Amino acid sequence: MTDSKKGFVAQKIADLPFSGIRRFYDIADEIEGAISLGVGEPDFLTPWNIREEAIFRLERGGTSYTSNAGLPELRREIAAYIRKFGTEYDPKTQVLVTIGASEAIDVALRAVTEPGDEILIVEPCYVSYKACIIMAGGVPVVISPKPENDFRLLPEEITAKLTPRTKALIMGYPNNPTGAVMERADLERIAEVLREQDILVISDEIYAELTYGPVGREGLGDAEHASIAALPGMYGKTLVINGFSKAFAMTGWRLGYACGPAELISAMTKIHQYVLMCASRNSQYAGLEALRNSHKSVAAMRREYDARRRVLLDGFREIGLPCFEPRGAFYTFPSIQKTGLSSEEFCEKLLMSQKLAVVPGNAFGEAGEGFVRCSYAYSVESLKEALRRLKAFLRET
Amino acid sequence: MRESILQLLEKNSRLSPADLAVMLGLPAEEVAAELGKMIDEQVICGFHTLVNWDKTGREFVTALIEVKVTPQRGMGFDRIAQRIYRFDEVKALYLMSGGFDLTVIVEGATIRDVAFFVSDKLAPLESVLSTATHFVLKKYKDHGIVLEKAVSDDERMIVSP
Ligand SMILES: Cc1ncc(COP(=O)(O)O)c(C=O)c1O
Repeated sequence: MTDSKKGFVAQKIADLPFSGIRRFYDIADEIEGAISLGVGEPDFLTPWNIREEAIFRLERGGTSYTSNAGLPELRREIAAYIRKFGTEYDPKTQVLVTIGASEAIDVALRAVTEPGDEILIVEPCYVSYKACIIMAGGVPVVISPKPENDFRLLPEEITAKLTPRTKALIMGYPNNPTGAVMERADLERIAEVLREQDILVISDEIYAELTYGPVGREGLGDAEHASIAALPGMYGKTLVINGFSKAFAMTGWRLGYACGPAELISAMTKIHQYVLMCASRNSQYAGLEALRNSHKSVAAMRREYDARRRVLLDGFREIGLPCFEPRGAFYTFPSIQKTGLSSEEFCEKLLMSQKLAVVPGNAFGEAGEGFVRCSYAYSVESLKEALRRLKAFLRET
Repeated sequence: MRESILQLLEKNSRLSPADLAVMLGLPAEEVAAELGKMIDEQVICGFHTLVNWDKTGREFVTALIEVKVTPQRGMGFDRIAQRIYRFDEVKALYLMSGGFDLTVIVEGATIRDVAFFVSDKLAPLESVLSTATHFVLKKYKDHGIVLEKAVSDDERMIVSP
């Protein structure tokens, strides 16, 4: 007999909540004329050379499947590109082209998780990690780095959660939603612990290109991303996930990739082959053009994000909203604790009274309670208008 | 510092010295002083607004005129260029390589105004050998800005992960 409420849906899925973002979206979408700092994707259109290449390829045909792992020339180009973070991958056996980083996360977790395996996640974090672990039959074990450490992950926070069932650690830096980064020295510290352990690190580096220096320093967008896979002893136990969505403003193309140990990439390719066959051929051509000829556009977007980051942080300071200095992605994560409101109350009230949408921090895990995520993937004019509304809101609460 | 200021201002001249200071992590007084210096040195030559006049009621035409001239001894093209760019009608003037010498961008209220300028002012100049006038029919992009955007402003959802 099927339960009338959940119908034919499996218990595990029936129990899985919709993401907090989705719930908040349903509210925000109803408000006429609302403005938003709630979006997790670039405001830039995909650079024209990339769009034009895709159009050209379609004109010539290019409508069939590709090999499961992705176009060989795209895998070669990915391997060549990712060398800049200090890692070498064999394009034939160590690179898998996926339908966004999203798919890479899912497939990686399914490839490694035995029923009951514990997977460490570092919250607040991107909303899909926890759900994908549960769907893969694993048990998410949450680590919550401290706001006072700028949400950087510390070695003792990892060791505190290790058990004989720990199979992997998944983390994303630069981080969505906090904008936190792990600099090389921070990564060295956790690598010391991880090297000793028989656990896989799944490192979601989709925001790698969007890394910035301190705000008080001249020079926009000129900081360097550090990858944990490049540290001594970590290469063989790290799976790097990356994608085109953020760096190249290509969210709608659905293109990402994973690089890592050959046996893991092979296992992931098996799942990918049965479930998705391959990423869209046209998007793969677009990805090729992105990697070959778009570095100027990427640098220009990074400079622009950095300038906006500084405007938003300066605005928070002026209106008295405490916020640590994020060094990556395009998010800020100010604390709203002093208002006495919960994250969700804050966001709903702000939306109703000022028609400004920001995302409640707890949508990214319990540890995000007391914070809200404000994106700066918006023009400076929009940021200033949002700051005016925030100021008015803080005055009335 | 100069280059960073200019890169930002070139795209958005409405940014105040205070905005620039925040974006560049520099003291506001320093930015203001540097701006002043760049204006004095004519590194910054103006703070213009890019107007799409086609969207207003104002009647006006733009023409690109190819001009061949004889350069003058000791002065090269500079002297004749000066004669030409001093006319208010001339919006831009470039010395060219290739089949002709000067590109003159002229604006006038009507085609007749421009024709009058060419036949009465430009062509009769002593060192001007010939002119070829091309009228602009439609402006698609100017100063790096697409004047009529084909896509909507922001197609993103209001909130997303
Ligand atoms: C940290 C993180 N990982 C992965 C993704 C998914 O990206 P993709 O568009 O490549 O699936 C996102 C998107 O918001 C993200 O923020």
